[in-house]
Amino acid sequence: MISLLRTMWLTFLHMFRKRETIQYPEEKVVLHPRWRGRIVLTRDPDMGERCVGCYLCAAACPVDCISLQATEDENGRRYPEFFRINFSRCIFCGYCEEACPTYAIQLIPDFEMGEYDRQNLVYEKEDLLINSEGKYPGYNYYKVAGLAAGVKGKGEGENEEPPVDVRSLLP
Amino acid sequence: MNEVFRYLLMIVVMLFTLTTIAAWLIWLERRMLALWQDRYGPNRAGPFGLLIVAADTIKLFFKEDWIPPFAEKTIFVIAPAIVAAAVLLSFVVVPFAPGILVADLNIGLLFFLAMSSLGVYSIVLGGWASNNKYSLLGALRGASQMISYEVFMGLSLMGVVMLSGSFRLTDIVMAQKDHWFVVTQPVGFILFLIAGIAETHRLPFDIPEAESELVAGFHSEYSGMKFGMFFIGEYLGITLVSAMVVTIFFGGWLGPFLPPLVWFALKTFVFIVLFILLRASLPRPRYDQLMEYGWKIILPVALLNLLITGAFALLKG
Repeated sequence: MISLLRTMWLTFLHMFRKRETIQYPEEKVVLHPRWRGRIVLTRDPDMGERCVGCYLCAAACPVDCISLQATEDENGRRYPEFFRINFSRCIFCGYCEEACPTYAIQLIPDFEMGEYDRQNLVYEKEDLLINSEGKYPGYNYYKVAGLAAGVKGKGEGENEEPPVDVRSLLP
Repeated sequence: MNEVFRYLLMIVVMLFTLTTIAAWLIWLERRMLALWQDRYGPNRAGPFGLLIVAADTIKLFFKEDWIPPFAEKTIFVIAPAIVAAAVLLSFVVVPFAPGILVADLNIGLLFFLAMSSLGVYSIVLGGWASNNKYSLLGALRGASQMISYEVFMGLSLMGVVMLSGSFRLTDIVMAQKDHWFVVTQPVGFILFLIAGIAETHRLPFDIPEAESELVAGFHSEYSGMKFGMFFIGEYLGITLVSAMVVTIFFGGWLGPFLPPLVWFALKTFVFIVLFILLRASLPRPRYDQLMEYGWKIILPVALLNLLITGAFALLKG
């Protein structure tokens, strides 16, 4: 009996506590920097596309919501011809971000992407690409890759030695 | 003719006020529950979210009013009307203020007890007509709970009847001019409160609809406005029991300075909030615990209370 009254009293005291609710449209939620929200395609510091069209994100995606087609420019630099994410399927698991070898695809703390028309949830490459380096500033894949694709010549990259003539017998 | 018109007006006004109050209670309950759970509750529609009631009603009206093909159709339709009708009929004898009551019956208290027990028919019939095992279980529980708690609901009030010497509710209120009956009959008050909660199937005793065990108990199969009737019936029941507690134990309309009706409304409001607080804080007892509690503890206490009150009444002459 006493415990019942005590329970009621303690519940009553909750009236004077601070509310837990965040009044959403007026008050915004503070999201963590690594919160997995809207997916973006980032650019390297020279504002070139980071995505090299390796299909690893599409392969990693458990709901198959990513589709892309890789192509090459005249310098042999790979980039996606189209890159499409169907956000009505996406479960924001972040596997694509983990799979990406060039830090191109990233999930950012933004969830306000509601639409009245389902078709509008299909984002094309121009919707996904942002003019920013995202979470990994200063990284440029083609600067560290052993491949000349118009960014730097062969053997001129960071930590890269000049190419060896394998047909020469000299040490 | 004038007298008849006055009664008709009273009935219409009372019907309108009571259903309106029952509707706003939905809002009040949700806001109060939210307050006690560190939330805000419905606060979007209209000022303080008051229009949530209108939104709810419109929603209920536009929902499909489905009668399951396996249900007993006539009884299924009648059942929700019974609960609201029975509770509204009990309000006939509640004296809100001097002159503001429909019928000043000389057996008002008995009438209230009879009408409030009629409410169980809606649960039993609704649960049985639904032809669904969970509904039937809910109905079964409702019936047995009502039988066991109805017994000492009457007994707990007999002390008051002895002291005031009348079944007429206005006499009972007037007998509290010097001191409220809660002072002389504290045990009776507590027992009546418990019985009242059980009577309205409010949360610590919502065994018939225990949603974690029985889907929604007796009203599992109900939708649309039929469910709305059960809902309104429940909130009318809260208002009724609060009003009766105030009338019988807390001096009804009596009180200094303020007009009688305001006093009555204030006291009733306090008890309605208490009902909601009970819902916010207490867990639901097990079915057999509820029965045991009712028969083995409360009934003897009620009888003892009756005995002692009777002895005192005799001593005083």
